[in-house]
Amino acid sequence: MRDASKHLLFILAPLVVVFALLPGAYQNHLLLFNFVIFLILAQGVNIIYGFTGYLPFGYVGFFGAGAYGFAVMVMHLQTPALLAVLVGGLVAVALGLLLTPLLRLSGAYFAIANLAASLAVLHFVANPALEGITKGPYGVSLTGTFNPTNAYYAAIAVLALTVGGVVYLKNSPFGLALQAVREDSVSASMAGVNIVKMRVIAWLGSALVAGLAGGIYAWYVSVFYPDNVFSSEFSIFAIVFALFGGVATITGPIVGVLILYGIYNLIGFTTPQYFQLIYGLLIMGLVLFLPAGLVSLATRRGWHVP
Amino acid sequence: MSPDKSPILKVSKLVKRFGGFYALDGLSFHVVPGEILGLVGPNGSGKTTSINVISGLYGPDGGEVVFDGASIGGAASHKLVHRGINRTFQVPKPFLSLTVRQNIQVALAYGQAAGDAAAAPPSMAQLLEEYRLKEVADRPAADLNSAQQKMLDLTRALATRPRLLLLDELAAGLNPAELDWIAGRIKALAATGMAIIVVEHLMGFIEQITDRVIVLNAGKEIFEGTLATAVHEPQVIEVFLGGEHAH
Ligand SMILES: Nc1ncnc2c1ncn2[C@@H]1O[C@H](COP(=O)(O)OP(=O)(O)OP(=O)(O)O)[C@@H](O)[C@H]1O
Ligand SMILES: [Mg+2]
Repeated sequence: MRDASKHLLFILAPLVVVFALLPGAYQNHLLLFNFVIFLILAQGVNIIYGFTGYLPFGYVGFFGAGAYGFAVMVMHLQTPALLAVLVGGLVAVALGLLLTPLLRLSGAYFAIANLAASLAVLHFVANPALEGITKGPYGVSLTGTFNPTNAYYAAIAVLALTVGGVVYLKNSPFGLALQAVREDSVSASMAGVNIVKMRVIAWLGSALVAGLAGGIYAWYVSVFYPDNVFSSEFSIFAIVFALFGGVATITGPIVGVLILYGIYNLIGFTTPQYFQLIYGLLIMGLVLFLPAGLVSLATRRGWHVP
Repeated sequence: MSPDKSPILKVSKLVKRFGGFYALDGLSFHVVPGEILGLVGPNGSGKTTSINVISGLYGPDGGEVVFDGASIGGAASHKLVHRGINRTFQVPKPFLSLTVRQNIQVALAYGQAAGDAAAAPPSMAQLLEEYRLKEVADRPAADLNSAQQKMLDLTRALATRPRLLLLDELAAGLNPAELDWIAGRIKALAATGMAIIVVEHLMGFIEQITDRVIVLNAGKEIFEGTLATAVHEPQVIEVFLGGEHAH
């Protein structure tokens, strides 16, 4: 496990330290927070897509479920924020369990079914009949727990957990077995791998981190509507960032978020009128010329990318 | 070599249907530890299908598969691997983007029988060396040629220490020198007590390594015995005559 300690020391630790210190040097706290959230979500996509091959087009379902898990606990049980975040993670895991039958689908069928499932959860939460529990379409306001500073550090903790999880996948027989299932599930079972169990574990793991991120997001913004936390922008961004950097690596999704979300904000601030165009061209170029992500520039030359 | 007389695998009246088509139609045979059994027959006679059913890829639609005295028909592949069954594929199926070493690592890590810590799994170095994969150990499996991919399939199977090994056209596409070499390896494996079923169209190869053959036609066995007697059997001759592998 020498590589694992290297990865923790040279990738996870600097990432956590930099984001923990940045609020002292840079005043746009919300932007930093969004970076951390997207780092978590892109790594969550990495876990399920990079290591098992399932493209989670409805990934935001877990995020929104986590946000509403948080909100319901805080509104009705006055739960402390940290505990409510944990509940948000568990709600997402419960949703993941409910959706495990989707894992029988493959390719585009899985992606579409997952998208449909996330819309179903959105409409369930936003149903006026559930106003007594979720406040339905009218949105929630959680001023009692409002504390962006603590929420930000909680997000960094979840980021550390998530990247730690990916470091584990990258360095363990478990992660190798997941990739084997992705490559050829029949051969994987002949290598003794219980393919159903492996897929479910990865699926629930990626649901957990998205749920925790959603809970923390709810904590941070404190006022939101169902459409905000179930916005498919979260799924699409997380997927694009992860793919842009390169999945099934530790660094790919990180690089993807830093570059693409960085550019996104840069263009958004300076020349918003060109934003859609530039962003769209960038993503098209990526798909056409670098289907395996930025890291493939290095791996093609035979360099090893963690 | 004196094979233990009680069979490790007994297949009786096995049926496998695809829609209304009977790929296996009441197939019965057995194999004993240390024996090399040849499974021959024309294209489409059900050889691969029988391997697929025995290795848990398909559940049988009738009949029984008994391994080690227990009925295993319909059990999941990974469980059968842990019981001691493994196989190669007619078209090799490596994990293409993983390195050769990683391919084998998965089987070493996940393919061992539970509670069988006594017997050590084969070592990576030994497998790479014995099956001529040492030079390509750190290359992605996608870079291998077809013969090497077949050897990788075989080492992945051997890494799980099978007691019953099913080889689906492992020799097809090998050159004569490689054929001799792999024949020697298969015999050496059988000498350790492993039961081996060899599916092959190359009759010379079958003759060289098998103790006994089963001739399949349309999902049924039509002959059981040595290859030398099989070639004098009118029914066997007839089945092979229309086929492309007629002698
Ligand atoms: N998954 C499947 N679905 C439908 N038909 C199948 C399937 N697998 C096999 N078959 C059919 O069952 C029959 C037996 O096929 P099988 O692959 O067992 O033959 P085989 O003896 O291995 O032939 P070959 O020597 O060409 O490899 C064939 O007619 C084949 O088309
Ligand atoms: Mg076949």
